[in-house]
Amino acid sequence: MSAETHEAVHRHEPPKSFIRKYIFSLDHKVIGIQYIILALAAVLVGMTMSVLMRLRLSWPGTSWSILGTLFPTGAPGGIMNPDFYLSLVTMHGTIMVFFVLTTAPQGGFGNYFLPIQIGAEDMAFPVLNMMSFWVTLVGFLVILLAILVEGNATVAHALGDVLGISSAGATVGPIGGWTGYAPLSAVGNTAGPGQGAGMNLWIISIAIFCVGSLLGALNFITTLLNMRTKGMTLMRMPLTCWAWFTTAVLALLSFPVLLGGGILLLLDRTVGTSFFIPGGLVFGSGVLKNHTGGSPILWQHLFWFFGHPEVYIAILPGMGATSHILSTFARKPIFGYRAMVFAIFAIGLLGFFVWGHHMFISGMSPYSAMTFSILTLSIGVPSAVKTFNWLGTLWGSRIRFTPPMLFAIGFVSLFVAGGITGLVLGQTSLDLPMHDTYFVPAHFHLVMGVASIFGMFAATYFWFPKMFGRMMNDKLGKLHFWITFVGVYCIFVPMHTMGMVGMPRRYAEFTQYEYLKSIHPLVVFVSIAALITVVAQILFYFNLVWSIFKGKKASENPWEATTLEWNTASPPPHDNFAGVIPTVQHGPYEFAVPGAPRDYIMQSEPEGAGG
Amino acid sequence: MATTVTTSPLTKSGFGSDLKSSANRYRIGMWVACASILMMFTALSSAYIVRAASSTDWTPLQMPRILLVSSGLILLSSITMEAARRKWQDATQRPGVLLLATIVFGLGFLVCQIFAWRQLARQGIFVASNPHSSFFYVFTATHGIHLLGGLLALSYLTLRRRSVPNNQGALARSKARADAVALYWHFMDFLWIYLFVLLFFVR
Amino acid sequence: MGRVLAVIIWLITLGSVSLFFVKKWWFPAAISQHAAALDRQFLLTITVVGIAFTAAQVGLGYVVWKFKDRGPSDRAVYTHGSNRLEVVWTVVTAVIFISLAVMGQSVWASLHFNKAPENSFRVQVVAQQFQWNFHYSGKDGVFGRTDPSLVDDSALNYVGLDSEDPNAKDDVVHSVIAIPVDQPVELILRSRDVIHNFWVPQLRFKQDLVPGMNISVHFTANRVGKYELACAELCGQFHFRMKSYLLVLPADEHAALMKLTQDEFQTRMTELLAKYPLPDYPQ
Repeated sequence: MSAETHEAVHRHEPPKSFIRKYIFSLDHKVIGIQYIILALAAVLVGMTMSVLMRLRLSWPGTSWSILGTLFPTGAPGGIMNPDFYLSLVTMHGTIMVFFVLTTAPQGGFGNYFLPIQIGAEDMAFPVLNMMSFWVTLVGFLVILLAILVEGNATVAHALGDVLGISSAGATVGPIGGWTGYAPLSAVGNTAGPGQGAGMNLWIISIAIFCVGSLLGALNFITTLLNMRTKGMTLMRMPLTCWAWFTTAVLALLSFPVLLGGGILLLLDRTVGTSFFIPGGLVFGSGVLKNHTGGSPILWQHLFWFFGHPEVYIAILPGMGATSHILSTFARKPIFGYRAMVFAIFAIGLLGFFVWGHHMFISGMSPYSAMTFSILTLSIGVPSAVKTFNWLGTLWGSRIRFTPPMLFAIGFVSLFVAGGITGLVLGQTSLDLPMHDTYFVPAHFHLVMGVASIFGMFAATYFWFPKMFGRMMNDKLGKLHFWITFVGVYCIFVPMHTMGMVGMPRRYAEFTQYEYLKSIHPLVVFVSIAALITVVAQILFYFNLVWSIFKGKKASENPWEATTLEWNTASPPPHDNFAGVIPTVQHGPYEFAVPGAPRDYIMQSEPEGAGG
Repeated sequence: MATTVTTSPLTKSGFGSDLKSSANRYRIGMWVACASILMMFTALSSAYIVRAASSTDWTPLQMPRILLVSSGLILLSSITMEAARRKWQDATQRPGVLLLATIVFGLGFLVCQIFAWRQLARQGIFVASNPHSSFFYVFTATHGIHLLGGLLALSYLTLRRRSVPNNQGALARSKARADAVALYWHFMDFLWIYLFVLLFFVR
Repeated sequence: MGRVLAVIIWLITLGSVSLFFVKKWWFPAAISQHAAALDRQFLLTITVVGIAFTAAQVGLGYVVWKFKDRGPSDRAVYTHGSNRLEVVWTVVTAVIFISLAVMGQSVWASLHFNKAPENSFRVQVVAQQFQWNFHYSGKDGVFGRTDPSLVDDSALNYVGLDSEDPNAKDDVVHSVIAIPVDQPVELILRSRDVIHNFWVPQLRFKQDLVPGMNISVHFTANRVGKYELACAELCGQFHFRMKSYLLVLPADEHAALMKLTQDEFQTRMTELLAKYPLPDYPQ
């Protein structure tokens, strides 16, 4: 016994060397912060790309001399060519979905707070946890390499030899959208620029990312099932934990499908198999030999079987954080805790059976399309239930308007605004005119993009004091909220009307179409709103960095919150609770309990505290 | 720290309150990992079924006879694995030989798979030759890579065994690890039989 | 703070809803019965969506306006929810959402479940990277044999028409689609290379052209005129330039056109394209 105790204590001493402490760290808190830094870097890249896209769309002929200098092949003379634009579309989507919306909410905040909130000292498998981050980082580096290999002739030649497939080096990255539909993505250079080595790297990067995410998901599930402290029953878990858990299950079951599909696509590209490539394709005037019988639709099924759950992987943690933060600053128990848990599960479960609604126009069986449509609209039900419960939580509350609370309220507003147009797109018939128009980016940017990011902003402002022991600046935070909140509505609401007019997605320019002429002022308006909103994010970055060093010192529980992370020092010690693990006696959101001395009861307070 | 916090002193294992349940993480983790791997093979097999049903270019492969040997070997290895696992649970017994046997059978399985590849290659059937061969190579390679992982885990287990743990926490963890590795191995066995049937006996 | 937030949420709601309400930017006028039915379904759905959106945002604004923190002595209402309410709003939303899904199916069914009528005018659509090809059967009404290996862009044989086949003698291939008004039209869609998408906004439907598949759709256009045709599935570098026109012609004019040989057809199409202007789009 004594040897065991010794081992346990030994194991939780913080590592001494810089490298073990901050670089190859096994501490879930450090890994969480590493994930967040990765997401903060990736989102800068993704955001810059969206700004470049807006420039090209609203001022198509204008020359931006700096671009000409930076990207001599993609923007000769400072004018972006269409390949450049399309590779921006592809990389913006890929980087945002994988390296921002999947890493920050789950890998970042989930990693940091799931173990603390359930009263564990670390994740179940710290080494796997470390590996999952480093694998993900490699995935990110490979995707950056994909840009380089297509954008720079020297790199293209050097890497092209290694990869066994050449690249013209004429664009700035692979072209295929984040969905990489075959056969465009499957036949290589014959299909045009952006289909060379960069596309291989794009697939490899995603495959690597899948592996990293799977390791993470395995860890989350095991940790939650095995390592909850005494008294932390499932129904006493904070809603954040439910969200992270469900997200992990979704990731665990959907990423393998993408990985499998990615392997097949890569084989089609490199060794000449025909999983997705049908026979008799003609490029130029030559028939593509050696390919027969593949099915392009098969790729779409595999992709979207992953792709739709991925949407929920992005947003569920945001929902969890929002529920958590709303209740805390409303000073009121969450309304309908059980219903919230069931809703998360229903969304997760239904999320696996609706992938076909991305393919109504693909030529799939019209009968299965109808089934997918009905299932898709059913998924609106648990989403609406969540919204009602958030409103119910705020009803009769006593709201403290802090930056995290503002962003959480913003999340509710944006989630409704973005989610509700799913009622249009989910219908088989209405999808016919709306599919692949700006209505679709408007819908998913609001709901899975911006709403998720608002959830993460809320989480950042909320947990920053715990993570760094200092408060973020309140005034800057509020200013950041006002500009961003109004800004994102100005960007994405007009896109719906663009879609109704019939503006197709993934067009490098619209000047050729008469029926789109009238929409141009709106396009310019959106671009200006986007520029302002993007610039406003400097406030956030500045606030983050400044507050780490100069922020007001935070106490252990600055927000008067109830869950276990507020039971320990800010920032928490290496083993989270300094060797004294709290036990749990209460539900997660005991605010405004009548007769209690304070307006909140922490989960760890003894039974019967305050009646 | 807030004034009214109840705490339990750090329990002996350092994790949670119960030694046994703490060790359980290895078993849970392995079940979860198997679910994920199963999902990937489900995706690949649905691709297989769809591709087979929708195409006119499907030329069925002749089953390389040596696959019967490899199937026999992997079934055998599951038996030795299970025997080893049971011995492992009893600290007085030595499962080393059985573990080694499992490793040998596993290696034998992989060698047979490679022979099957070579046999096909001699007939001029490669990955891109026709859809059935493409899937055959994809399935066997993906399964083989996963099995290699199992062999690594087995080797680790064999080496670990040398120091018999003398305290309960470590013992429980060691048993759980052995269970996890055994589970993985049986899963690989099951997966191969499933793939074998799918590839050559389902029309 | 709560009041400012409430007002901003309400203003955003007002702005968003009015953007749809004033209809300054809206669908171009429909030119088929199917499109008109679809517009009705859209209007119904967007009304439901608009009401739900407004209700949720106004409600959200109301609670943040009303319920602010008023110091430690005044606590929030202590409640963990109400099962009755949960059941009510689950059932109500389920009924509304599922009904919408079911109603949306009727237009879909009319487009996909009925076979194209016997008297349909048939066109084979062959898309290739950044160009549309429309293959007309000519006088005899029978399509000539095509084969990918016969494709030769330099000889203008974009669809791989077999000149040996007697049925192909009178076939015509052109980059613009001309169809008769008020007569059912069946398109047989296929692609030479990657996935493209047939998209005429006035027809209100899209259909992918998937290589390796022949996909058939049918519709009846009921307004003569010239309309823009776009590709709506990312197909590569010049995706945005893959443009053509849909010409809906009076029956006699169309019948006369279909009797022409390739060269005459070419000349006549140029005249027709000049004759019919695009619809008056709002500026």
